[in-house]
Amino acid sequence: MNVIASGVGELIQPPDMDAFREWNRRKSKALVDKRMSEQEAIARFVHDGDYVGTELYGTVRAPMSLCRELIRQGKKDLRLAGQGVMELDLIIAAGLVKKLDFTYIGLEVYGVSNALRRAVESGQIEQVVEWSNGGITWRFKAASMGVPFIPVRAMLGTDTFKYSAAKAVECPFTGETVCLLPALILDVGIIHVHRADKYGNAQIDGISGFAFEMSRACKRLIISTEQIVPDEEIRRTPDRTIIPYYLVDAVVEAPFGSYPGEMCYLYERDEEGIKEWVEASSTAEGAQAYLDKYVYGVKNHQEYLELVGQERLDYVRSIVKGR
Amino acid sequence: MSEAYNPTELLICIAARLMEDGTTAFIGTGIPMLAASLAQKMHAPNLVPIFEFGGTGGSLEDLPRAVGEARTFYRAVAASGICDIMETAQRGFIEYGFLGGAQIDPYGNLNSTVIGDHDRPKVRLPGSGGANDVGSFCWRTIAIMRHDRRRFVPRVDFITTPGYLTGPGAREAAGLPPGTGPYRVVSNLALMGFDEASKRMMLLALNPGVTLEEVIENTGFELIIPDEVGRNGPPTAEELRVLREEVDPHRLYI
Repeated sequence: MNVIASGVGELIQPPDMDAFREWNRRKSKALVDKRMSEQEAIARFVHDGDYVGTELYGTVRAPMSLCRELIRQGKKDLRLAGQGVMELDLIIAAGLVKKLDFTYIGLEVYGVSNALRRAVESGQIEQVVEWSNGGITWRFKAASMGVPFIPVRAMLGTDTFKYSAAKAVECPFTGETVCLLPALILDVGIIHVHRADKYGNAQIDGISGFAFEMSRACKRLIISTEQIVPDEEIRRTPDRTIIPYYLVDAVVEAPFGSYPGEMCYLYERDEEGIKEWVEASSTAEGAQAYLDKYVYGVKNHQEYLELVGQERLDYVRSIVKGR
Repeated sequence: MSEAYNPTELLICIAARLMEDGTTAFIGTGIPMLAASLAQKMHAPNLVPIFEFGGTGGSLEDLPRAVGEARTFYRAVAASGICDIMETAQRGFIEYGFLGGAQIDPYGNLNSTVIGDHDRPKVRLPGSGGANDVGSFCWRTIAIMRHDRRRFVPRVDFITTPGYLTGPGAREAAGLPPGTGPYRVVSNLALMGFDEASKRMMLLALNPGVTLEEVIENTGFELIIPDEVGRNGPPTAEELRVLREEVDPHRLYI
């Protein structure tokens, strides 16, 4: 294939599809109880230097409780698939990130992330490689397909391409220029869902974001769930299952696991809770004080929810509009 | 006939007027959401707003504050995922794409990645997000920008999202789908389009009370000025009422 142009960015996690097949072959297909605490899940399945991805985006169905635990345990030198908002912002503010495949890290309506600015502009994050949101998701899709790359028509002609690790090639069928995106296989994926059984069969309500693709692009997958449901409920509604159990390594029960973000049909995001981080993170000291209070200062998610208080939790549940 | 309004309200009203009933529109966070909501409540009840993480054809009764939240698929026709949406755009199903950025150049290229050098940036911005995909795939993209010389620059520091790149034929030469590209730029001073031959930005209409000199003074490159320049009408009393009472009653943006 004729390579027309190559991005100069580092391929932070080179894909090895045969090794991924072998990994998946060895992964247990047994129906075993995978429920555990967030401490155990993070301690067992996330290691220093791992390539980590989270889902969904913004403040929506974000795995906040697991990310707070990851920070509490100080897992460091992480490489991240940077498509996120508050959960990644906290990890970056805690100084745990070495390299980033980058699509979007910001505070949406509240603008630029100051934690990201400090980490990138100071050189604390060593590598930043650019992609589009579609681009990084298609990289997961290629991994989920079990192929080393996927052709797309985005990113071409731009600096987003130039600072990526993509390649532009001549299509062998049509002669057109297409952009090839390398498969992205995560060491660990972290996804929060509406319900799962103890084996890890997981269901999501509302939009599914990129949970389908990312869950199939992980070597290890940690699920947190608003609710553990009986296996029977999953078997009655298998058409709702996005993530089958054999992809999953750990199931963590985490009611309000996305707080201060939202979980559609269950609770809305807490604007005050989000603004608290936006304001705190405008300075390094403020961000540290926030982490001291809400992450390091509590032992686990239960203590975090107690610190937030029942009143806030009742409030975010009461303002849900429903279907 | 017109009451007082602020620059954000004007931007929203002018962007909303560009949204056509019965068309598909890729909507990002912020002003595009308000404009789409206003358009649905005014002249375009059958506008199909599409949000990158899966919401399609929702009713924007309550203003979303994030592109993935439940309000983006309230009473929608589908709630799928990002691959479905981006692939729908890649197949040519999405007519309009609404974008913003820190910088725009005469060819409509947009920067939302860095100010300064990529590897040692002066300011690290939030990145492409879905913007590069929207600018690559949608038939017509519309940028919404505040208008000053820091934002309207001869060359963007970083092309995050493709406009017409270096001029006529450049998009197609790079491999982007033919027939796509920048269509309008909505600013607090004026409405702009692109000259068919040169693909450079061209003034179409001035906002109420704005002079031609003000636009030229606040643009960091030579804007094509046609013989006839139009004049945008101010927000109507009805537009302002709907915007303030129904679209953004909690004044999150306006």
